[in-house]
Amino acid sequence: MKRWTPKAIATEAKLLLIGIPVLLWTLIPVYHMVLFAISSKDSATSGHLWPKNPTLDNFRIVFQQKHFYLDHFWLQLWNSLLIAVSVGALTLFVATTAAFAISRLRVRGGRTVMNLALFTYFIPAAFLAVPMYKTMGNYGLLNSQWSLILAMVTIASPYCIWVLKQASDKLPYELDEAARMDGASPLQLFRLVYLPLMVPSLVAVGTYSLLLAWNEYLYAFLLLSNDRSVTLAVALGNFLSADDSPWELLMATGLIYALPPAAIYYAFKRYMVGGLTAGAVKS
Amino acid sequence: MSSTATATAAPLPAPLVNLGARHARWQFWGAVMVVPYLLVFVVFVLYPVGYGLWLARHPQSYVKLVEDPIFFRSVINTAIFLVVAINIKMLVALVLSGFFVTSRWWIKIISAIFILPWAMPSIPTILSIRFMLNPEWGVINSTIFRLTGADGPNWLNDPALALTFAMVVHVWKSLPFWTLILVAGRLAIPTEQYEAASVDGASSWQKFRFVSWPALKTLYITSLILSMIWTLGDFNSVYLLTGGGPADLTHVLATLGIRYLRLDQVDLSMASIVVALPLVLPLVYFMMKRLSK
Repeated sequence: MKRWTPKAIATEAKLLLIGIPVLLWTLIPVYHMVLFAISSKDSATSGHLWPKNPTLDNFRIVFQQKHFYLDHFWLQLWNSLLIAVSVGALTLFVATTAAFAISRLRVRGGRTVMNLALFTYFIPAAFLAVPMYKTMGNYGLLNSQWSLILAMVTIASPYCIWVLKQASDKLPYELDEAARMDGASPLQLFRLVYLPLMVPSLVAVGTYSLLLAWNEYLYAFLLLSNDRSVTLAVALGNFLSADDSPWELLMATGLIYALPPAAIYYAFKRYMVGGLTAGAVKS
Repeated sequence: MSSTATATAAPLPAPLVNLGARHARWQFWGAVMVVPYLLVFVVFVLYPVGYGLWLARHPQSYVKLVEDPIFFRSVINTAIFLVVAINIKMLVALVLSGFFVTSRWWIKIISAIFILPWAMPSIPTILSIRFMLNPEWGVINSTIFRLTGADGPNWLNDPALALTFAMVVHVWKSLPFWTLILVAGRLAIPTEQYEAASVDGASSWQKFRFVSWPALKTLYITSLILSMIWTLGDFNSVYLLTGGGPADLTHVLATLGIRYLRLDQVDLSMASIVVALPLVLPLVYFMMKRLSK
């Protein structure tokens, strides 16, 4: 630690002057959610910074599904999980095979496929939602969870292909040559050489697509409507339609819904930050 | 794509015929392995986009659209959103990226917390902000009441305030991501350049002006444009905060298309997206040029 000269103190003070507002700005909405989630119905709206009698009752009500908005809480939580995991797995499959073929097998037309993927990556999500909704209707997939899974794979895979292709190109080509000389087939090269070396990037894009699907609201609310098939995000949105919504239950449910992605993000932060910053914008 | 030649120019003692057959086999597997993505693209991008354009083919849709006062308002709102929110967000991200590259133990902690809005799903966090703005019992107005004894404004009932808060929500949610990108950009600048500047007696502003900014400029502009494209598609910030209200005055193009869809006016819905294409496509073209070398 350096010495506390007046100049050093002034620097620290200036940094704190940025750091404290940044912290407040980030945390106030999150703290507000936590505050609601642990307040009883009467004290939730009292405007205090900390409830007089903090309680976990709201969580009990949510877990026991003791409110008509929460009739299918566990099922909807399961739907969110199932859809997110399916999207993660399918996206990984689609993106990894494509990136391998383009980067390592140098398939003809690979560049065109990359451009198609980039184009998709840049379409504003809400603009694709309307034609996607009509298309799912044409395919007879509306209200089936497949519609949401396939829509999210479509949205997640371009970015994942992009990141994986960037990472693939960095692997030394001598590895492939050595494998070829040993008589490896393309699939063996893929399975035995490529996949093990790509693990960090695979974790990054897998987590990315899983979180994207878990956090999605617009597509989920357009494509699914049955109470038993919707995700928890859509169920939370449905609270909005009531005049006297039970805010404290909504915030407790919201907190339960928001915690897994935050936890997963922190667990895989090491992989995610590298993948994201390398892939999102190449300078 | 630069070293395509090495694939076939490997110094192999094997006969050339063998090599050709092997090459064909690898190309075959390559083709098989891009098929899953191509299928996804054709079935869920190409067909929907084509079908959407086909649904938007009637000129009268555009006449009806332009005659709808809500459409005009949405275009203005979208423009405000893009120009004001994006520029504020990117400038703040630029400043904060300088803060976050400073090495202090407590700044590391703040940077871990700072990512939360981006890592958490939109719906619970935006609803939390919405409740804070509730005119009767929201935390903002109850604080105003306690401090001054007067009732605070009905924030989301005023279209200008409601749109402003939608922009605040947008910035709150996406600022961490862009800060992270610019932090990565700053970390790539060699420290010797700053040391050299210090030796020359440069002030912090001069260090930014002559070292950081030249290195970050391209990344900053790319981020600005990508952020614009994505913000055009930001449905959540407006819909979850204001629902387009009051009186449909805070819609942006992203929520307007969905509004028409919910009213079963699919032709208007598609038309409202098609009119945005002259803005979107040049930006997309620019990004593709930048990223696909």
